[in-house]
Amino acid sequence: MTTATVTEHHDYDVLIIGAGGAGLRAAIEAKQRGLKVGIITKSLLGKAHTVMAEGGMAAAMGNVYEEDNWQVHFRDTMRGGKYLNNYRMAELHAKESPERVWELEQWGALFDRTPDGKILQRDFGGHRYARLAHVGDRTGLELIRTLQQKVVSMGTDVFMECKVLRLLHDANGSVAGCVAYWRPSGEFVTFSAKAVVLATGGVGKSWKFTSNSWEGTGDGHAMALWAGAELIDMECIQFHPTGMVWPLSVRGILVTEGVRGDGGVLRNSEGERFMFNYVADMFRAETADSEEEADRWYDDHAAGRRPPELLPRDEVARAINAEVKAGRGSPHGGVFLDIASRRSAEFIRRRLPSMYHQFMELAGVDITREAMEIGPTCHYIMGGVKVDADSAATKVKGLFAAGEVAGGMHGANRLGGNSLSDLIVFGRRAGMGAADYIEGGATRGGFDQGEVDKAIADALAPFTREKGENPYDIQRDLQEMMQANVGIIRNGAEVDAAIEALEVLTERANNIALSGGRQYNPGWNLATDLPSMLTVSKCTARGARDRKESRGGHTREDFPGTDAQLATVNIAHTTTSGDWRDAITTTQIPLLAMPADLKALLEEGK
Amino acid sequence: MSQVSMRIWRGDANGGDFETYTVDKQEGEVVLDVIHRIQATEAPDLACRWNCKAGKCGSCAAEVNGKPRLMCMTRMDQLPEGDVTVTPMKTFPIIRDLVTDVSFNYAMAERVPALLPPPMPEGGYRMFQEDVERGQEFRKCIECFMCQNVCHVIRDHEENKAHYAGPRFFIRYAELEMHPLDQNDRRELAQEVMGLGYCNITKCCTEVCPEHIKITDNAIIPLKERVVDAKYDPVAWLGRKIRRGSKRSATDAQVQPAP
Repeated sequence: MTTATVTEHHDYDVLIIGAGGAGLRAAIEAKQRGLKVGIITKSLLGKAHTVMAEGGMAAAMGNVYEEDNWQVHFRDTMRGGKYLNNYRMAELHAKESPERVWELEQWGALFDRTPDGKILQRDFGGHRYARLAHVGDRTGLELIRTLQQKVVSMGTDVFMECKVLRLLHDANGSVAGCVAYWRPSGEFVTFSAKAVVLATGGVGKSWKFTSNSWEGTGDGHAMALWAGAELIDMECIQFHPTGMVWPLSVRGILVTEGVRGDGGVLRNSEGERFMFNYVADMFRAETADSEEEADRWYDDHAAGRRPPELLPRDEVARAINAEVKAGRGSPHGGVFLDIASRRSAEFIRRRLPSMYHQFMELAGVDITREAMEIGPTCHYIMGGVKVDADSAATKVKGLFAAGEVAGGMHGANRLGGNSLSDLIVFGRRAGMGAADYIEGGATRGGFDQGEVDKAIADALAPFTREKGENPYDIQRDLQEMMQANVGIIRNGAEVDAAIEALEVLTERANNIALSGGRQYNPGWNLATDLPSMLTVSKCTARGARDRKESRGGHTREDFPGTDAQLATVNIAHTTTSGDWRDAITTTQIPLLAMPADLKALLEEGK
Repeated sequence: MSQVSMRIWRGDANGGDFETYTVDKQEGEVVLDVIHRIQATEAPDLACRWNCKAGKCGSCAAEVNGKPRLMCMTRMDQLPEGDVTVTPMKTFPIIRDLVTDVSFNYAMAERVPALLPPPMPEGGYRMFQEDVERGQEFRKCIECFMCQNVCHVIRDHEENKAHYAGPRFFIRYAELEMHPLDQNDRRELAQEVMGLGYCNITKCCTEVCPEHIKITDNAIIPLKERVVDAKYDPVAWLGRKIRRGSKRSATDAQVQPAP
């Protein structure tokens, strides 16, 4: 039980870790370049967190509003991100997402249509025009299935239910593969590759109330850090304004922003449509100041300004939080999201079928007749591995990252709908980047066997202890601590307490004892996820300590305004030894300087 | 607080038995919550597959009191009073406890010939809502494989797995067959190789579908009708013979070139 040898090994040109939208799109690209591609996923193929995306993918196709174009999308994205974005990523994303969406149709996607047969686009927070290509409220499922079916039809190798423990380096310090274990058997396996693409998604499982599945443990973030890459903006966490709050067991499950895009409004316990009281100066010029004006906008965007319910997510989440704190919350500690009184039952069932289903079955609430109770839920991390926008390359040779695990695209706050398009734009670019790197002469060398042995010894250590910690207790304590201290509103004292608490939790995680075998043992699986969860939580807490201002998905009650100096930097994290227990170094690095023509775009309509 | 006894099947390919766990009842909980609570306390090694816990990924299918259910969408307070029995899906080989080997389904997915669309015109394809809606119904499928699990053609006859794709893939064939852009013809393949004829329309699949897809009425029966049309329509037959039909005949595992 305590010793294990690796009995299985595979060689690839490009190895992709993660089978959500970004990983699958990267695989397609690398495969089309004639490379040998392997995909590793912790779950079964088609179950990635991408399926949870509901509302749509943002692309300035101009099918509903001809005035829409990449320049407006770019501006919306930068404003939504409070200008912390990697401008080049935002630019590429805005320019390339229409092509990426149309391409999905060639692979079988069936989007909802306009009356003249084009792809229909819906309104979402922070987007000036109706811009989200969608399929009802299950767009993520459509994306994952389309890419999955394409990948399968190309004959790509997929290693399902296989958990990667760490990346491996060759003698030159380039990333050269990884070591993993099969969840069904518990057997270890190594992979060699000329290039590795991280597409592992997010970190939300470290919070108590989250929309994320068990997989969102930050494996890619942590492995990149251990491998020598930089993480940036880790303090910027998106709390989606509308998660379910009741029953407790479903607290955190996502309620799509499409409810608001399609006419739903937020009310407090007094029935007041309170968002009108929370319009920040930055958005005042483009936001309606009366209910009448806001209601005209839904049918014709020229007839009124945007409803305040469709402000960016950080703004709406903070407003809900403030209403609850002021004692105007719903019975279970949220506020009300009401579409029942505003749209017909038929409309609601057609536009929001899975929301209807979800509330009916889990909460016994008929959303065509009653308001939903909702509150903020940990949803997305804007921060991630620092990458080159064009190639998705990290600072470690041979290592690429795309999707939620990559940082920069969304700045301090992501707009709804920009995630699915991020996956396909930068998934493709990561595939291209890896292929270019390989065509530039990268070879597959050996890897450091010491790294393999250490990873396996670490993973098996819990079986060697007679007595020790239960991994589930550590996970629960971590989630409660992060929710309390590094949640939607933060302050210096709580963040410092979190940094200390994370050291204690690290000690405890170093003393886990497990029983049972390695074959499909969820306790063991969790024990091997905890090092990643703790590592990314430390980066988040350290970033939250150092960013002494409020910006996007990072709100400090002791520093409620923005800071001119901090507006010019990312907070970056590195580590030297590659051991998950080791110290993290946190510094400030300057943002990429934006060219004058793009700067001018941001000034327009200000 | 009142309690409930959970009888959970535990074991592996070599056999196993039920273990009973007595847990507190909590308001609004689903079966998966209770499984998670047992994992976090009494049995950290209790194997169970799950992801989204919101009925969207289809990972946590099992048999609750003998009926196939998504554990994340099955509320404890809506089950009959008394013990709750949870067993793995019967049709697939056991890996451990509630986790089964569903690779049969992935093997069948590999054998579906891909969409073959015409080249995309400038500004994207034009398709109309009424034309995409039929396919959209089938694309709601979350691949929980409960329809495969209850289909008696393979539930009771392991040997049929070699030549029977099952309801999940019949809706996939139907979806492609009805896809406004597709130029492949998979009807012969569905009938001759994928075992469409074995289905005798007992509708067990439709009854368990958590997405309420009308698998039998909207996919399998129309697909069977189209197969008959293809077989007995002399014009279609002639078209196939001289290879000038509007659709190309696709064969098993035929991989289409990327568009």
